[in-house]
Amino acid sequence: MTDGNKPASATRRPDGAAFVIAVVLAAIAGVIFWDVSRLAGAAGYSQVGPTTVPHAIAYCLLGLAIWTAIEAWRGEFPARERQEVAPVVWIVGGLAAQMLLLKVAGFSISTGLLFALTAAGFGKRKLWITIPVGIVLSFVIWVIFSKLLQLSLPAGPLEHLFF
Amino acid sequence: MSTFEFLLQGLAVAAQPMNLLYALIGVTLGTAVGVLPGIGPALTVALLLPVTYKLDPAGSLIMFAGIYYGGMYGGSTTSILLNTPGESASIVTALEGNKMARAGRGGPALATAAIGSFVAGLIATLALAFVAPFIVKVALVFGPREYFALMVLAFVTVSSAFGDSTLRGLTSLFVGLTLAIIGIDQLSGQARLSFGIPDLLDGIEVTTLAVAMFAIGETLYIAAQGDKGPDKVEAVKGSVWMNAADWARSWKPWLRGTAIGFPIGAMPAGGAEIGTFLSYAAEKRLTKHPEEFGNGAIEGVAGPEAANNASAAGTLVPLLTLGLPTTATAAIMLAGFQQYGLQPGPLLFATNPQLVWGLIASLLIANFMLLVLNLPLIGLWVKLLTIPKPWLYAGILLFATLGTIGANPSVFELGMLLAFGLLGYVMRIFGYPIAPVVVGLILGPLAEQQLRRALAISQGDLTTLVASPVAVVLLLIAAAALIVPLILRARGRGQVLSQLAASED
Repeated sequence: MTDGNKPASATRRPDGAAFVIAVVLAAIAGVIFWDVSRLAGAAGYSQVGPTTVPHAIAYCLLGLAIWTAIEAWRGEFPARERQEVAPVVWIVGGLAAQMLLLKVAGFSISTGLLFALTAAGFGKRKLWITIPVGIVLSFVIWVIFSKLLQLSLPAGPLEHLFF
Repeated sequence: MSTFEFLLQGLAVAAQPMNLLYALIGVTLGTAVGVLPGIGPALTVALLLPVTYKLDPAGSLIMFAGIYYGGMYGGSTTSILLNTPGESASIVTALEGNKMARAGRGGPALATAAIGSFVAGLIATLALAFVAPFIVKVALVFGPREYFALMVLAFVTVSSAFGDSTLRGLTSLFVGLTLAIIGIDQLSGQARLSFGIPDLLDGIEVTTLAVAMFAIGETLYIAAQGDKGPDKVEAVKGSVWMNAADWARSWKPWLRGTAIGFPIGAMPAGGAEIGTFLSYAAEKRLTKHPEEFGNGAIEGVAGPEAANNASAAGTLVPLLTLGLPTTATAAIMLAGFQQYGLQPGPLLFATNPQLVWGLIASLLIANFMLLVLNLPLIGLWVKLLTIPKPWLYAGILLFATLGTIGANPSVFELGMLLAFGLLGYVMRIFGYPIAPVVVGLILGPLAEQQLRRALAISQGDLTTLVASPVAVVLLLIAAAALIVPLILRARGRGQVLSQLAASED
């Protein structure tokens, strides 16, 4: 995925996405400064307190933001492979569905959906097959882990039907 | 008591029937998950950590060690038969191993990898047992500033000494360090960067971050590459046993690989892959069959595989004796210790010798089990490689979220998993390494503690950090590890370093 340092070529121009990274790094540094400023009074008699290390990290992040901006300006970031958006949306959708349904529908149903949507992201779009397969598989795993290994996995209507 | 007696005592602990069972479960799970393409030992350990939650500390750590060694064995199978190394330390194995498999000599390649791993694991684990007490003695005189210097060294080597960009390595590290300050400060009890959200007061779970970055980030990245056709799995033709010539050509590379791999793993100098590259280069120079290199030379499998496993054992030296993880895998193992309130380091050898020596002894036992599991049962593991991608990655995400839900069934935790997964995906697109984030998160709070202790003792005087010779030497090495690669890259000599990139392990 990283191709190392490519020899200089005509395609080198300022890299917009890398500038965004520089801005994000600077923003994180800003958030740290803002958050730590609340703690300033609590440092006590020595100069060393809960704010020392966050300050140091924030200054380093600022430095890295500037460095990133310079490399972005020179176009020194490695070439990126083309990314397909649809599979990412399927999988993120699956994770989001599981997150939102976990408390309501229980482990098996929500994780079964995640399973099916991930498979869809990799090209298996037949949801009427993959959703049942995912739910059955998740249910078997729920039984193994919550009954045998006593992991606390949330139960929903399907689990309550059997246990 | 001498090391030998401690080791015998450890063997007695490890040989208890329940502990043997845990070790067997660990190596089986570790091999199974390690064989799966795209899953390296770091992810294997992170995925399987929740399985061990309900066990007692000794049993759980024994299972854990088995998972770690099993993941290392499993990775070589993937790279030989599929040419997609499951872990960065197996890249070199794939060079010659996959060529051998294509030439119909997959069996001997797998055999020399397994036996080489066994020989190296055995010698390196014994070396670990004998080196550890010495380092513990040295470490006992370390004060906060020496520990801090040691951690700075680990930060530099993990993030920027290898890989293709100092900038991106350091950025990853500082992302990890920033995540590390979230939560309640251990020394003053102040809440930092938690924005009034109660879920953040405990800080970010290392396992959540590791699983998100490695499993979800990797899955998204692979999915976004689109369908590039199925990977070709080479069938294992003929016998898995090696003939006399194979043995004659393998045993020296095994020993050389071990001798190269163990010290590199034991130094706080980052991943196992460096040893495998050095071993490959050494075998290429020493071989009597130079024409076979690049076309499937057995030395090119035997040496790097031995080096790989020897450095895996070597990594445990700084982890157990100093509490210093030098790879992502070791960082997650440290999280495994911490879930029982155990802090690896010199004190653990004094307060809990049974546990430490039981763990070391169980590594020896796990090694024997793995040899048995891997040679006769190789056909079974090969079957795992034929799982189609949609089912494989759907299953990986199922297990990834299972671990997080099992540890903390909250919507917020799953939200963090998704957020870090996306972060890991974006970092992969832009070529940022992942391991420094994980190491930064787990080592950050420890480094901060040591730094603030050192500064509190000196009442804020920064020069105390360079007032001891040990600390000065460590910091100088760290500075060299930061500056030398920068100069090398600036002069266009960076290719060597990017080949040594520690991408996952």
